[in-house]
Amino acid sequence: MEKWEDNKAWFLVLPAFVIVAFSGIIPLMTVVNYSLQDIFGPGQAVFVGTEWFKEMLSNHRLHDALWRQFIFSGLVLLIEIPLGIIIALAMPKRGWGVSASLVILALPLVIPWNVIGTIWIIFTRPDIGLFGVGINSLDLLEVPFDHTAKPIYAWITLLAMEVWHWTPLVALLAYAGLRAIPEAYYQAAKIDGASPWATFVYIQLPKMRGVLTIAVLLRWMDSFLIYAEPFALTGGGPGNTTTFLSIYLVKLATMQFDLGPAAAFSIIYFLIVLLFSFAFYQALLNVGRGDKA
Amino acid sequence: MARIELNEIAHSYRPKPASESDFALKRIHHMWEDGGAYALLGPSGCGKTTLLNIISGLLTPTRGKILYDGEDVTDLPPEKRNIAQVFQFPVLYDTMTVFDNLAFPLRNRGHDSADVDRRVHEVAEILELTPYLKKRAAGLAADAKQKISLGRGLVRSDVAAILFDEPLTVIDPHLKWNLRRKLKDIHEQLKLTFVYVTHDQVEALTFADKVVVMYEGEIVQIGSPQDLFENPEHTFVGYFIGSPGMNFLDCTLEGDVARCNGARIRIDDAVAAKGRGIQGKLELGIRPMHLKLSSEAVEGGVPADVRGIEDQGSCRIVKVALAGKTLRARLPEGASIPEGQAWLVFPPAWTRLFADGRLVK
Repeated sequence: MEKWEDNKAWFLVLPAFVIVAFSGIIPLMTVVNYSLQDIFGPGQAVFVGTEWFKEMLSNHRLHDALWRQFIFSGLVLLIEIPLGIIIALAMPKRGWGVSASLVILALPLVIPWNVIGTIWIIFTRPDIGLFGVGINSLDLLEVPFDHTAKPIYAWITLLAMEVWHWTPLVALLAYAGLRAIPEAYYQAAKIDGASPWATFVYIQLPKMRGVLTIAVLLRWMDSFLIYAEPFALTGGGPGNTTTFLSIYLVKLATMQFDLGPAAAFSIIYFLIVLLFSFAFYQALLNVGRGDKA
Repeated sequence: MARIELNEIAHSYRPKPASESDFALKRIHHMWEDGGAYALLGPSGCGKTTLLNIISGLLTPTRGKILYDGEDVTDLPPEKRNIAQVFQFPVLYDTMTVFDNLAFPLRNRGHDSADVDRRVHEVAEILELTPYLKKRAAGLAADAKQKISLGRGLVRSDVAAILFDEPLTVIDPHLKWNLRRKLKDIHEQLKLTFVYVTHDQVEALTFADKVVVMYEGEIVQIGSPQDLFENPEHTFVGYFIGSPGMNFLDCTLEGDVARCNGARIRIDDAVAAKGRGIQGKLELGIRPMHLKLSSEAVEGGVPADVRGIEDQGSCRIVKVALAGKTLRARLPEGASIPEGQAWLVFPPAWTRLFADGRLVK
């Protein structure tokens, strides 16, 4: 084939480049720009180098928020992944039950974040909420249940919200993974005399590796970026006990107008999510692979 | 080791089968002798796999009984029957090593580790898998994977029969031959009952001592490869076995002459005598290799038109139009081929008469 004289084909990449520039590169560079300057007002900015990064990395409120965030996301993964797998295993495999359970599972997924927050606030309210009134009438708790009363109550409410909202996604992914396993595997396992547990560990779990990797990544990233639920519930309280990274970031940027530190914080935040997603991806891709020595 | 007996088996995938056509298996009554190498041959959808799954216990038949050495096992689950099955696609436990894969059926049955170790090494030796024992099964080639699937059946010393469900489908052509050879060796060495499902006649004919041909949920013929070729008992066997398959012509009988749309073909006296007593659709069948072709009028020859020639290297297939049908004659390489008009000779010894699909004999 004859080679082209010029490189006009590069123009075909231009639309994609423009879109990516406006959606990703330019906003990101704006943040990078802010993070390196101290801005007093419009047109009054001083270049400060890595000053804000140093300040942010040693900021103990950020450290606290980060630990809270890790514990929260860790709990979310620990609850949602096994629970999603259990639901997927229990779902019917044929007949009308399949469509029925898929629709019921998908319901929480189509409800907006803020609405979820409102639903759960009302559900857990100690004066009118079904759960709040119900648990308090049992008179088991030392301090009556109220999500603003004790940090643990706020956490329980948040976790319940998050689990209720997103476990269906894990279950749907796991179900798709299970349905894709050819019947012959189960038949072979039967003939080999495998117990249901062995069938799960040696057939179902390995075959779900791909979808579970996606589930872990999605739930990790999403729960790490959680904002709307704690904002709607207590706005980060009681005290700072549910002030997660994005809540703190928004306080910093839009309430105190510390644009420089907030920008530096954003970049650190972004890098943490990226780093952990990469680590999870590599770990899940390689677990159980390679030869035994 | 066991003799497997299928007693009036019928199976339908519908919960309440009403008519004959609801049955995937119509009526199977057959005995698999201990230590035999059987091939179950038939087109896709004829019920081969259904029958195999009934033998292994993955399916419970709608009607009938299965006996292993005279003992009724119809209601026993697969793990309680001494049976192993190799599937179309290699089924492996991906996260395990080859050793663990082979040991899996034994460990599930609570064998002690010394016994497991001994059996796995024995089987690995037979299957030439010893160098791979410590490797992960997932990384191996398709033929090695299929050997592991087979090995999981062989490790169980109590295994009565091994069922193969088109096991060579995903194997490269040049390895197919090796693996088939290996299967035959193993059969001779271990004297286990092998039942091998396939729709490939070459595979069936080379592998098995006895070929069971199935068609639309029924066994139409059981016989040695030679039997099937020379004495097909059903038009389907004639059509399915051989390449190209048997030629068929609709006919009526007049004395010992068959009339096919005007053409008169002499057939065997005894066959004709029996055929005259039968009501139903009559057909003449002849193998392409037995059909003689002559360029001039000969005694007993039927005039026909030559329509085309396919060169197959070692032989040539001549297409001939007779009585509105196209027949195929197989001529050796170098034989002279008439052009245009030709005369077909049907040697009575090789001309078969079928009534409603069944051989008249």
